[in-house]
Amino acid sequence: MNDLTPTREQRTAALEGLGCKRKRVEDIRFTQGKGNYVDDVKLPGMLHGDFVRSPHAHARVKSINSEEALKVPGVLAVITAETLKTVNLAWMPTLAGDVQMVLADGKVLFQNQEVAFVVATDRYAADDGVNKVVVEYEPLQPLVDPFKSMAPDAPVLREDLAGKTTGAHGPRKHHNHIFEWTVGDKDLTDAAFRKAEVTIKEMISYHRTHPSPLETCQCVCSFDKIKGELTIWGTFQAPHVIRTVVSLIAKLPEQKIHVISPDIGGGFGNKVGAYPGYICAAVASIVTGKPVKWVEDRIENLTATSFARDYHMTTEIAATKDGKVTGLRVHVLADHGAFDACADPSKWPAGFFNIVTGSYDFPTAHLAVDGVYTNKAPGGVAYRCSFRVTEAAYCIERAMDILAQKLGMDPAELRLKNFIKPEQFPYHSALGWEYDSGDYHTAMRKMMETTGYAALRKEQAEKRAAFKRGETREVMGLGVSFFTEIVGAGPSKNCDILGIAMFDSCEIRMHPTGAGIARMGTKSQGQGHETTWAQIIATEIGIPADNIQVEEGNTDTAPYGLGTYGSRSTPVAGAAIAMAARKIKAKAQMIAAYKLEVHEDDLEWDIDGFRVKGLPEKFMSMKDICWAAYNSVPPGMEPGLEAVSYYDPPNMTYPFGAYLCVMDIDVDTGVYKVRRFYALDDCGTRINPMIIEGQVHGGLTEAFAIAMGQEIRYDDTGNVVTGSFMDFFMPTAVETPHWETDFTVTPSPHHPIGAKGVGESPNVGGVPAFSNAVNDAFAFLGATHIQMPHDYWRNWKAAKTLGAVA
Amino acid sequence: MIPGAFSYHRPASVADAVKLLSDLGEDARPLAGGHSLVPMMKLRLASPAHLVDLHGIAGLKGIGRDGNSLVIGAMTTQHDLLASDDVARSVPILHEAALLIADPQVRYRGTIGGNVANGDPGNDMPALMLTLGATYRLEGPNGAREVKAADFYQGAYFTALEPGEILTAVSIPVPAPGHGYAYEKLKRKVGDYATAAAAVVLTMASGKVASCAIGLTNVHETPLLATAAAQAVIGTSLDAAALKNAAAAAEAIMAPAADTRGPVEYRKHVGGIMVARALQRAASRAR
Repeated sequence: MNDLTPTREQRTAALEGLGCKRKRVEDIRFTQGKGNYVDDVKLPGMLHGDFVRSPHAHARVKSINSEEALKVPGVLAVITAETLKTVNLAWMPTLAGDVQMVLADGKVLFQNQEVAFVVATDRYAADDGVNKVVVEYEPLQPLVDPFKSMAPDAPVLREDLAGKTTGAHGPRKHHNHIFEWTVGDKDLTDAAFRKAEVTIKEMISYHRTHPSPLETCQCVCSFDKIKGELTIWGTFQAPHVIRTVVSLIAKLPEQKIHVISPDIGGGFGNKVGAYPGYICAAVASIVTGKPVKWVEDRIENLTATSFARDYHMTTEIAATKDGKVTGLRVHVLADHGAFDACADPSKWPAGFFNIVTGSYDFPTAHLAVDGVYTNKAPGGVAYRCSFRVTEAAYCIERAMDILAQKLGMDPAELRLKNFIKPEQFPYHSALGWEYDSGDYHTAMRKMMETTGYAALRKEQAEKRAAFKRGETREVMGLGVSFFTEIVGAGPSKNCDILGIAMFDSCEIRMHPTGAGIARMGTKSQGQGHETTWAQIIATEIGIPADNIQVEEGNTDTAPYGLGTYGSRSTPVAGAAIAMAARKIKAKAQMIAAYKLEVHEDDLEWDIDGFRVKGLPEKFMSMKDICWAAYNSVPPGMEPGLEAVSYYDPPNMTYPFGAYLCVMDIDVDTGVYKVRRFYALDDCGTRINPMIIEGQVHGGLTEAFAIAMGQEIRYDDTGNVVTGSFMDFFMPTAVETPHWETDFTVTPSPHHPIGAKGVGESPNVGGVPAFSNAVNDAFAFLGATHIQMPHDYWRNWKAAKTLGAVA
Repeated sequence: MIPGAFSYHRPASVADAVKLLSDLGEDARPLAGGHSLVPMMKLRLASPAHLVDLHGIAGLKGIGRDGNSLVIGAMTTQHDLLASDDVARSVPILHEAALLIADPQVRYRGTIGGNVANGDPGNDMPALMLTLGATYRLEGPNGAREVKAADFYQGAYFTALEPGEILTAVSIPVPAPGHGYAYEKLKRKVGDYATAAAAVVLTMASGKVASCAIGLTNVHETPLLATAAAQAVIGTSLDAAALKNAAAAAEAIMAPAADTRGPVEYRKHVGGIMVARALQRAASRAR
């Protein structure tokens, strides 16, 4: 060896593999304005579509007159439900087993529902046409409050379901009832409550909000009449699922459909489902023979495509006097809007809400969820969380604080007392999950030590005394949150979408010069897949990440996958990538053995190639093996070096974390200041710490927005009052707190590289931390539970209700 | 979010602009920074057939002096105000308030003329103009006239502007040397209108308030001059009772709408707090 021989450290570093803070390769184009988004797709002769939308929340459509609209220069067609009926597309199936109107068929069921689709030569003419379509409505009584959905005299919303006493998820109890979903042992749980020394009960609401990605939902549909082929560029988080759904509902052969998700400007769950815009653009292209573009504006995005949350959770905990939990009972009233268009795995009408036992060792629990219809937009998507997991985390984390308050215990101590212990993993929860791994006590104690938790509590006690003496008008809150997520949907034994198991996939092709291309069934919307996927491959096969091109989103070239949402990419596709890489490596080992003239068992892997055991100078690099794969493979072996893996995960993964929010609130104005926010995340093996930190920053910012003001609010007649960024709280850099991040590493035992997924943890864990901080700030004045969102005026209202403001 | 069709005009003089607006009548709207009008057009809440862009009129931009008054051309942007040493020195409350208007991108385009002439109760500058005793120069088919800011605002989006008239300049008497000032604005985020805001300009003598003017933003369909509130502090040392009286007097004339910023009760309550805080901060700056 001489000085020029790279050290092992240098060879490892050159790969930029697992654990490397590799800079995001996609940012080179994004930061120079060279991304290629759906709205950048411009085809010759392309037409533009725009919707006529309902001003009413609930009304009968008496007539639609398109005469004047068709006279507008440039307007070519006005599509209505009657048009769509001729191709049997007036209604479409939803992912949740319901059906949804594509265009208003007889009545409208929410404000801004799609009524007619105007197709024109440009975007301006389309909008001019929209303004000339005359729709005659007969307003009906709107149903806005989900608690009134199942009243005996509640208006009938879904006339199409008349007489149907069974829905996709079992019996329906009322004409506005969608499903009831129960989990757990009711008798055992009721018994635990009868025997309990202490109980708490609270109705904890998680308000309706919206994922609101920077780029709205949009598509370009282009039907080639000669070939009978439909190409769709769209903002799809799951392009293959869209292809299958289009094939099934449009009765087009699947090989004749090409779905392309180009660069996507954020999804957060908003871009999982299928929307009327996609169907109308496709039909319009088939009818006109020209490409048709549909692009949502911000108001349409906030008011018509999928909302999130709207869960109203009546929560009870049974416990002993010294703070050991003995039972959990939760009833959820779930407001699904006018159609059940939740984007959950098909058998899970309330997603994985049964993770609601959280990080705690509940001996028994029972959960019931009732889904109901209201005159609001459909949806219920997983806004930067796994399916209904953020609702569950908020529910249990708020309830634990309420219990701590009742017991007079510190909320952190109560949690430490009830955590699942490290030796209990794999842990079987009372509501049916098998937690893969965790070390909650270590994470919690690290949070408490790093933040100086005890000192903060002392300061709080002093400030409370000062407040009571009238020396300050500020109250201080400490928001503790310890969440356990369930992500990585999912194992085929319990997860499918419309019958397709929720595996994911990777195909790797190595080129002769030691470079390669890898394609997956996932689709990055900002997560940085092009960067991190290459890092997994780099470590697995010893080829520098820079030499691996990652490509996603084209259904013609990528292997079938279920897409990116629910923090499933790393747990599922990340595993497929490692497994495909291992197939490459296995073949490479045979080639290396042949070239080095030894038995393959005599070889050992060494960072970036194979070495003969005991003979360190006999080494063949992966780069050289790639070349050999194309000219000198062992006799009988096919040339080339490529592999495909479809990964059906044996279990979900269970990331967790310990968060602390320190907040000061001016009781006179309700203005809050987040003084400090600490987030410790354990996502198992860390692929790219820089990207993890970025993900945590983004998720915390969304959590901050949701907890502190972001809501989709309706007035009593069903009008959306927060339909633009003037009123829908979207924090800027000025409002966003500073984030401190930290971590522990507890690998997943069943994942090939031990990774668990992180993108959604901060949203899941962040919301309860903020809300607990507000509630903790007011607790000494007698508050037990203050509903979100905690915007200024509501904080003031809370202070006033508690007598702290005159 | 797509506006309807309109014709675009770019006159080179005030006379041409006035003529265009007079000839085209109610279908025409003058265009300054466009930060109120253009969003309304995109929502089709406004559909003017003609836009008369004032950016081509050279004389409408700039900050100068007329005796002891600061004269600001209507097309002067908020950014120009922030860049002006004279504004920072002689009417520093304008500088402070301009910094609280939206974000730098908006301030590069948004103009003082558009801000004060639109009659939007959410705009910040009108209440300042009332507080400072400003006068607006209006030019129309019948010549030019001066209207006091205090007489200009008649209702939400209703002003003293007659058809064909353009607000061409704002004239602000420079407050006394050593005056104290403050603009207290409660808003939910950058870019939001005020939940409530209060402007205060005062002078102190021997520890007591010698003169005081208070203006209020977004707590009524027009900007308000809180005369009784100002009266309540004159002669006081701004003790707790005086601040309480001023806040109460200000709240008494507020009539905000309930909106997503909060219910009426809250917006009035914090309006009173903004008055008290602005008074205290202004007094601390007075020499």
